[in-house]
Amino acid sequence: MLGKQNNRTANNSPLAGRAEFAPTGVELAMLKDKALFSRLEAIRLIEIAKVGHYTSAFSAAELFASLYYGVMRLKPGEPNWAERDRFMMGKGHAAVGLFPILADLGFFPTEVLDGYTRLGNPLGDHPDMRKVPGIDFSSGSIGHALSAGCGMALAGRILGKDFHTFVMIGDGELQEGQVWEAALFGAHNRLNRLIGIIDRNGYQLDGAVDDIITVEPIVDKWRSFGWETHVVDGHDIGAVTTLLRSLKADTARDRPVMVVAETVKGRGVSYMEAEPGWHLGYLDPVDAKRAIAEIKAMEIRG
Amino acid sequence: MNRPLSEKSWQYRQLNAQTPGLDALSDALLELVQAGEPVVAGTADLQYSNGLAKFARECPERFVQFGISEQNMVSAAAGMAAVGLKPYVATFASFLALLCCEQIRMDVAYSALPVRLIGHHAGISLGFYGTSHHATEDLAIARSIAGLTVVAPADGAQLASVIAASADYAEPIYIRTQRGRDPVVYQAGKPFVFGKAIKHLGGKDLVIIACGSTVHPALQAAKALNAKGHSVGLLDMATVKPIDSDAILEAATNARMVLTVEEHNVLGGLGGAVAEVIAGEGLPVKLRRHGIHDEYSLIAPPTHLYAHYKLDSAGIEEIAAGLLA
Repeated sequence: MLGKQNNRTANNSPLAGRAEFAPTGVELAMLKDKALFSRLEAIRLIEIAKVGHYTSAFSAAELFASLYYGVMRLKPGEPNWAERDRFMMGKGHAAVGLFPILADLGFFPTEVLDGYTRLGNPLGDHPDMRKVPGIDFSSGSIGHALSAGCGMALAGRILGKDFHTFVMIGDGELQEGQVWEAALFGAHNRLNRLIGIIDRNGYQLDGAVDDIITVEPIVDKWRSFGWETHVVDGHDIGAVTTLLRSLKADTARDRPVMVVAETVKGRGVSYMEAEPGWHLGYLDPVDAKRAIAEIKAMEIRG
Repeated sequence: MNRPLSEKSWQYRQLNAQTPGLDALSDALLELVQAGEPVVAGTADLQYSNGLAKFARECPERFVQFGISEQNMVSAAAGMAAVGLKPYVATFASFLALLCCEQIRMDVAYSALPVRLIGHHAGISLGFYGTSHHATEDLAIARSIAGLTVVAPADGAQLASVIAASADYAEPIYIRTQRGRDPVVYQAGKPFVFGKAIKHLGGKDLVIIACGSTVHPALQAAKALNAKGHSVGLLDMATVKPIDSDAILEAATNARMVLTVEEHNVLGGLGGAVAEVIAGEGLPVKLRRHGIHDEYSLIAPPTHLYAHYKLDSAGIEEIAAGLLA
């Protein structure tokens, strides 16, 4: 039924991370700027809602910016374009960092952002594919996204399309059993155009992921499940972009990929990085000002 | 050891040959494939129980085996639908509606994707396999999920008509079926209309409203009572949601009493749906809901259970006669 595995092992992608896929200096500056923009906009939108997931969006800001400005095949004017790359996230609560990017790209008017979470606005805490152009799949209940991504990747194969499906999942999400059903299914069906990204920020609502129910060893788990697995600094947007582009270009791969993006929850705001309680919260405008200043200084801080 | 097995011996993979009714699902899906529909069929390690083994054999490139991973199956089906396929995924109704309830709500119904969820061996039709394999809650669960159409075909021919009609139906559908051994109610090829009840008999004393497995025995019961001089009608409410309110109102206006019969808990299923319509209109008609009365079924072969719970023709006749007395 299925072809025999070729002799590539789970981690010897010949193209992964090669310099030819690296963004140029100009691109890199643009990408960093967009990650910064995602964070600043998340603060602005959460000011409207008066509560939100700052830190979950901050840990993923470079991942969002890399995917949408540097990796994915998209036509913002045509959100349902059949050939587009797909993106979905199990950690749907990070959507506040993605909505500004979709608006910036032109998927919907930027004014829509100004009504974030207000009655009748399409943008809520979690993304809704029926309401928001550019959202490829709805989410909010953790654990479903990798399965939906498997379905999309399989459908792409059945329909003879060559798009890639990117699925971002949280590290805490790995505690959901359905993720491992999808892990088996994706590997069994050799869904080679499926690229998972774990936002390994180390925290979930009740504390540190590995204090609650450890998900380590993450890399060994995915490799043993038959996924080509890579680890990258999730805030090094140059490295993230280089890796994701090289993975897309690798047409000889015979299996799905999982990228473990090592990130910091709340990245960019010192007191959020230090306090896991910021998974959910609200910044008074006085404090938001300081957070904005810190984020703007990120480039200097490194 | 070379002695051939007795003809009475059989193993699981021979189930389909023994139960020709199980071909209905595969045959209907294969017709859609031949008509050029982007259909895929999937199951969670039950291809012989639901007869999809035939589809898998004849159309392997459109068959997806999910293994014992029902939740992954439902979410992945939604993903496939989001890319333009029409997935039909099947497993026991107990696992589909109860284990995968949230995947159905979030990924299929809330996302408004044209996934067809086939919950087979519904009700207590798995007999002595017990409560884990019974589904007397699935209609109530499916009915309460916004955007989900709920149908319960009475036999293989009606299932085939539902599948044929589903090709052009934009909404997600929960299809509740039995175990491929239904007595014949319908002729093949009768077009199915979602949301439209099928009136078999009009009645002035009593109208029985049934769906799925109870249509055939209810029809037998109605005919028997009519032969004894009563006027008993029968409506097949094959679409439980959206329910055909007009048909209920007509029946409840013309008859003194309404009896709903379902292989399901009397709470929240067909009886509940009919009660909502009758109460909503304030109709002065007596309603009796018959089915499983908010309890877990005993263990027994299915036909024994139907007799025990008065869901066979004799039992339904007895319940109806009690109302008519």
